[in-house]
Amino acid sequence: MLDYLIKRMGQVIVVLFLALTTVFFIIRLSGDPTALFLPPDAPREQLEEFRKTLGFDRPLYVQYTEFIMNAVQGDFGNSLRTREDALQMVLDRIPATFQLAFTSLGLSLLIALPIGILSAYKRNTLLDQTGVAFTVLGQALPSFWLGLILIYLFAVQLKWLPTGGGGSLIHLILPAMTLAAYSVARFARFTRSTMLDVLRKDYIRTAKASGVPTYKILSVYALKNTLIPIITLVALDLGVLLGGAVIVEAVFSWPGMGRLLMQSLLNRDFPVVMAGVFLIAFIYSVMNFVVDVLYAYVNPQIRFK
Amino acid sequence: MNQTTITSTGVNPHPVNMLRKREPKWQSFLRRLLKSPTGIIGFLIILGVLFLGLCGPWVAPYDPNQAELSKKLLPPLSDGHWLGTDQLGRDIFSRLIHGSSVSLIIGSCTVLFAGLIGTTLGLIAGYFRGWADIIIMRIVDVKLSFPFVLLVLVINAVMGAGLQNIIISLVFAGWIIYARVVRSEVLALREKEFILSCIATGVPRWEIILRHIVPNLFTPIIVLSSLQIATYIIAEASISFLGFGVQPPQPAWGNMLSEGKDYIFSAWWLITFPGIAIVITALGVNLFGDWLRDVLDPELKGN
Amino acid sequence: MGKESPLLEVKQLQTHIKTAGGVVKAVNGVDLTVYAGETLGIVGESGCGKSVTSLSVMGLLPKPMAYVERGHILFDGRDITELPEKEMRKLRGNEISMIFQEPMTSLNPVFTIGQQLSEPLRQHTSLNKKQIRTKIIEMLRSVGIPRAEQIIDEYPHQLSGGMRQRAMISLAMLCEPKLLIADEPTTALDVTIQAQILQLMREIKQEKKMSILLITHDLGVVAEMCDRVVVMYAGQVVENADVRTIFNSPKHPYTRGLLASMPNSNERKGELKSIPGSVPRPDELPQGCTFAPRCPQAVEKCWQERPPLLSLTHQFCRCWLYTHEHQEVAAHAT
Repeated sequence: MLDYLIKRMGQVIVVLFLALTTVFFIIRLSGDPTALFLPPDAPREQLEEFRKTLGFDRPLYVQYTEFIMNAVQGDFGNSLRTREDALQMVLDRIPATFQLAFTSLGLSLLIALPIGILSAYKRNTLLDQTGVAFTVLGQALPSFWLGLILIYLFAVQLKWLPTGGGGSLIHLILPAMTLAAYSVARFARFTRSTMLDVLRKDYIRTAKASGVPTYKILSVYALKNTLIPIITLVALDLGVLLGGAVIVEAVFSWPGMGRLLMQSLLNRDFPVVMAGVFLIAFIYSVMNFVVDVLYAYVNPQIRFK
Repeated sequence: MNQTTITSTGVNPHPVNMLRKREPKWQSFLRRLLKSPTGIIGFLIILGVLFLGLCGPWVAPYDPNQAELSKKLLPPLSDGHWLGTDQLGRDIFSRLIHGSSVSLIIGSCTVLFAGLIGTTLGLIAGYFRGWADIIIMRIVDVKLSFPFVLLVLVINAVMGAGLQNIIISLVFAGWIIYARVVRSEVLALREKEFILSCIATGVPRWEIILRHIVPNLFTPIIVLSSLQIATYIIAEASISFLGFGVQPPQPAWGNMLSEGKDYIFSAWWLITFPGIAIVITALGVNLFGDWLRDVLDPELKGN
Repeated sequence: MGKESPLLEVKQLQTHIKTAGGVVKAVNGVDLTVYAGETLGIVGESGCGKSVTSLSVMGLLPKPMAYVERGHILFDGRDITELPEKEMRKLRGNEISMIFQEPMTSLNPVFTIGQQLSEPLRQHTSLNKKQIRTKIIEMLRSVGIPRAEQIIDEYPHQLSGGMRQRAMISLAMLCEPKLLIADEPTTALDVTIQAQILQLMREIKQEKKMSILLITHDLGVVAEMCDRVVVMYAGQVVENADVRTIFNSPKHPYTRGLLASMPNSNERKGELKSIPGSVPRPDELPQGCTFAPRCPQAVEKCWQERPPLLSLTHQFCRCWLYTHEHQEVAAHAT
């Protein structure tokens, strides 16, 4: 188990290093990055001067080494707008994004697991078919549009909830629902198919033959077998969730990382963009690591290897 | 695809296709399709979007960019505008029809290029293993640590807006899923007896790959593509909505919603119909993709 | 044959399975009786309805695809055919237990042996946790599992196949059932382990005075374990006799075929025979005797009409060859 932890940790570090490299080179995709750092109508002299001050006139490998050395120390430069430390600006927004992402994750699991389990147990009934229809529809709903529709219904028409902004639980409701919708659909669908598989297994028959009542088979025995693959799916979907958060935060003006990233992209404030993109990759990799450890813990076949 | 059952007996399952030619392929395809209501719905929706995307200019009742300020923000069903007009008095229905071609181009081009690149790299990684495999899979790992939409968004922001650039950024972020799927398929195929016997009898590498491996990759690639198209269409809409991607005045469903959101208090139809268009298209493609997967690849059923 | 009172009586059981191609009669009018304290073997090739019969008795048919269409199952004199799930559950793992063919997949990989074995005791007794644990350890020891105190906290994949089957047997025996249904209990095991498990089952049966319904395709296992034997073919009983009669004077050509295809270390001279063909699928049964297409002695009548179960001196047999000798069993036709 310790070997596994160390090996997995090493992988995370390699991936993070390569992620930094990716961030560095994405900025250079268009050729000369100086243009990205200035308004489109900036005069030629200013461009040249800026290129010098940012060091873009030096050889690429020098810039790369410098970027990596600084980034490892947490220095992604300062925001071109506010002159604040770019990484710090992004870090300040993390709590809001986490609040949104984990509320949606919790919400979607809370809704999706019972739906998936019941669908599987009552398969091919009306209940199951309704559930399946909703999950298929949910996967075709773009989150930003769902957000708009929810704003229109609950904020504009019914006036129950605010159209956007942050700070209170009231503000959290609509963005969390929006962000959860896609995950609910995916989780429910996956739970259903996994549960169907598990319910066909010999060991479930053994449990039945021991006189275990149905509710206990579903909620204890089959559930644990079902949860193991679901943990993996949740880990994979954290990326979808974080990506979705960027969009949902923009729709609802939720003051998280995603909104900051969007504003920085629009303002061409690339130090902040680089810090933000890397931080999201960092969070995602670390979470995946945690989930993998959790997975190994839940699954005795791996734990005891 | 019953013929895959004899895969393990040392015979390439692919040529068996030709032995079962009692019924033309498209006929058996149609016969199976007719048995599945959801498959038919998906197929019809795809046909509809294809028709509108290809024949849009002849079908649309108005010029999508013809602004008429005196007729701005007309509600649906008024004055010959079925779905109303937008803030500049442009006909929403016509803009929707023209917008479908954007989604169509995005969906097909991305699938084509991401598929080609991903398949090639996955094939190299899976068949040759070694350094190529390590390098390609590391790149895949890294790409996976960035959320798909975020990657597309940032690349698009760096490259600049426009239809061509959004396809490039989608391909840039989208090939990895093909590489992963193809690689694992190839790894499994390599162990099959019909490949091993080719290697043992000294068939040249390129011939093994082209004649024996590639044909067996078609099914998983087709299934994957049919399920990826909706992802790409929604991603493009999201990014155009956020102000990158396809720029106004060119009509695309995403930027129509982006423009419409400023009028959410006064004109509900601006944010309603483009969204419905996206949902129906994505739903159609997904339904058809699900059906295709169930028919072509029963083992994948469920996820 | 009435040694003691019947414990399990299956009367004219018909179990149907719904498939895409229509309803399949997997079990088609089976009669059998298990007396208290005896071991009854059900023999036949795979696909002949043995397992479906046992699952019908346990009420473990995969509903709603499979269901008992007709017939009765009496356990201890009580009709359990249409027993509500709640009542049926009180029997399972308590009065009727079952062990399965695959010890590898029959135990849940993510729960410890102890967690899984505590289930019948929790459902059917009012023992507390500590008592349950003591009882499980005791039971594990009695089936010959070493280090029972440790094994109880281990996961199934940490045990060997033989050990897992022993654990399955202790799971089945915990509540001291009156009837143990063993569905191919040794098929998936190594030969040496097979012998050990069979020996263990015999010992337990002696000690606890229970009945065993043993389902197997292996006549060697039957010879070692059973008092009486029911031979099944295509969802029906074709021969029913005590074990000595089956081996000494088998009547049905199918039973004879099975015996002839059994490797016998005592007589090396004869070559190993096999029955040509395979069990017909339940949806493709011939019009006449279901065995006719594979039968070396089939006559014209066998192709036309299905034979009834005949009562012979020492056995029951479903074959036209013996009609002139004996009369049809009226009781079984109802």
